[in-house]
Amino acid sequence: MLKIENLQASIGEKQILKGINLEVKPGEVHAIMGPNGSGKSTLASVLAGREDYDVTGGSVLFEGKDLLELAPEERAAEGIFLAFQYPVEIPGVSTTNFLKTALNEIRKYQGQEPLDAVSFLKRMKEKMKLVNIDQSLLSRSLNEGFSGGEKKRNEVFQMAMLEPRLGILDETDSGLDIDALRIVAEGVNTLRDGERSFIVVTHYQRLLDYIVPDFVHVLYKGRIVKSGTKELALELEEKGYDWIKAEVDALV
Amino acid sequence: MTTPIDFKAQLIAEFQLNETRLNGESRSSLHQRRRLALSRFEQLGFPTIRHEEWKYSNVKNLVSQEFNITPSAEISHEDLTSLEIPNLAGNILYFINGQYQPQLSTIVSPADEVEILTFTEGYKKYPALVEEHFAQYADDSNDAFTALNTAFAQYGAFIHVTKGKIVETPIILRFISDARAENVAVQLRNLVIVEERASVKVAESFRTIGDFSSFTNTVTEAFLGNEANYDHYKVQDESEKAFHIGTTQVHHSDKALSYDTTVTLNGGWIRNNLNLVMGGEHVEAHLTGLYLPNGKQHIDNHTLVDHAMPNSYSNELYKGIMFDKSTGVFNGKIFVREDAQKTNAYQSCKNVLASPDATMNTKPQLEIYADDVKCSHGTTTGQMDEEALFYLQSRGIPKDKGRALLMLAFAEDVVEKIKIPAIREYLESAIAKKVGEV
Repeated sequence: MLKIENLQASIGEKQILKGINLEVKPGEVHAIMGPNGSGKSTLASVLAGREDYDVTGGSVLFEGKDLLELAPEERAAEGIFLAFQYPVEIPGVSTTNFLKTALNEIRKYQGQEPLDAVSFLKRMKEKMKLVNIDQSLLSRSLNEGFSGGEKKRNEVFQMAMLEPRLGILDETDSGLDIDALRIVAEGVNTLRDGERSFIVVTHYQRLLDYIVPDFVHVLYKGRIVKSGTKELALELEEKGYDWIKAEVDALV
Repeated sequence: MTTPIDFKAQLIAEFQLNETRLNGESRSSLHQRRRLALSRFEQLGFPTIRHEEWKYSNVKNLVSQEFNITPSAEISHEDLTSLEIPNLAGNILYFINGQYQPQLSTIVSPADEVEILTFTEGYKKYPALVEEHFAQYADDSNDAFTALNTAFAQYGAFIHVTKGKIVETPIILRFISDARAENVAVQLRNLVIVEERASVKVAESFRTIGDFSSFTNTVTEAFLGNEANYDHYKVQDESEKAFHIGTTQVHHSDKALSYDTTVTLNGGWIRNNLNLVMGGEHVEAHLTGLYLPNGKQHIDNHTLVDHAMPNSYSNELYKGIMFDKSTGVFNGKIFVREDAQKTNAYQSCKNVLASPDATMNTKPQLEIYADDVKCSHGTTTGQMDEEALFYLQSRGIPKDKGRALLMLAFAEDVVEKIKIPAIREYLESAIAKKVGEV
């Protein structure tokens, strides 16, 4: 599904990703962990097409297509969804209207007719239950004045509505209390259907208690320095990152 | 080489010619007031950019043009089809080059609720009332265009809402400059009197037809009695060759409530003055504005909120989206007089520069002479929020569409204040078209 080879990216003069290799197959959940400033969020942003970063080398294939050639909206329409670490507040645009526009733009890209109002509302109702989100929240301006938890629930709700093939969660757990975390994780788990894949960028083990990954990768200084299964996350929880840092730094 | 006609001299000569036709009316106190205004205009002359209030808005191109200052008004229904506002209903008055067109207009509200007349008719019917209010609020002692307008006060509407009457049906004044045959200059003077506990919504719409230049010099004075409610909307969609100078003047009595919204879709060179004087206590006033100039359009909004009395509230929000090589000015003055304790006054002006060649000049001016007040102001001018745009794109919305969506949302804060649905919808669709196309 997703094949990242030797991906390098920089912001301005500063190189952040220094050769990432990662393959995600359908239905898999990959957790990306690592200390602050290791490049986790950069990887998520580069995959979604954020323009602040310059890709200086490597390739990313998504379902056989060169992802790096596509505009962010085309990536979305191809089936990539980035749940933001800091969802943006957009005054004057309601979540409902925004999602209707987004969904129909994606359908247009895929050569489908726009969804009629009844089907759209039906889909909304269904997906609202997933993350326990209230109708009144969705009629309000997008994320404006939402609490941290509401914003993250809204991200997962949007993901459920748009039904991507690959969901990228960028530190979705940051700033969440345990109840909100559980709701968000349950939402994500319902979307795991054996076909849909996820990349879960996180700083903490606790999200992975709920969204159990197939693979765990440790990002450090712009490279994946260690990969393993879910046990690796537990080891990190116990021992921290210092031992990995020491291992890597010893080689330099 | 022909000698260029001096616009000022042309106007003064026209005033004198008019005077000879007035017969008895020339001795009326209304006309004496006009005369005073003319002498003020003569003395002041047109402002130059050395004048602090006109620093960024140069009237040079306006006053060096030749205009027919007494243009005729011949228009048919068919000529107006392009100017139609869908589903518009209410009291609708058409003025073509200043002249009222009863055959095009509809007045539905009963006269015991609200009297809707032309300025001239209003004066004939209620001379004492007009004299009590006319030129009492819009100050012409230091403003050449208000002085000129006062001197020529003749065309426009007279609206008188009877004490305690709630006028549900809006009043829509449609001012159309017909510049199909020549350059035209028109002066409009409206007087709105809202008695105690009465309520009314008045919209002014300005349009042009034809390819010649037009100049509109307009003043609308409103007097609000105790507990009066007044919604006033000014909507401008004029041609690239239209010059417009307008003053909206509102005088509040105790507990009066007003909403003023000014939306400028298009116009060549525009100066809007909105002046509120809170002559009573517990007044509440909302001022909102939106401007979306493109090409080389110039839009200048000057606002003045004068808190002359204690315990009043004002809230002001102006927003602009600047395209191409357009230029804009926002100058917002707030006075809090010595007696105006417990004043709450807020002002905000937010601008998006949608083009690197656009210019916006903003100047908030707060002068506070009372000590127990809450006042704030802020202006921002910047690019489109790239993070918000990326957010929309990341959900599958193409960049151009996302940008248009953000601009519409930005504008909506102001447009939503308009409580006449047909006008709000017309603006929403005109703005959607403008932000999508430009």
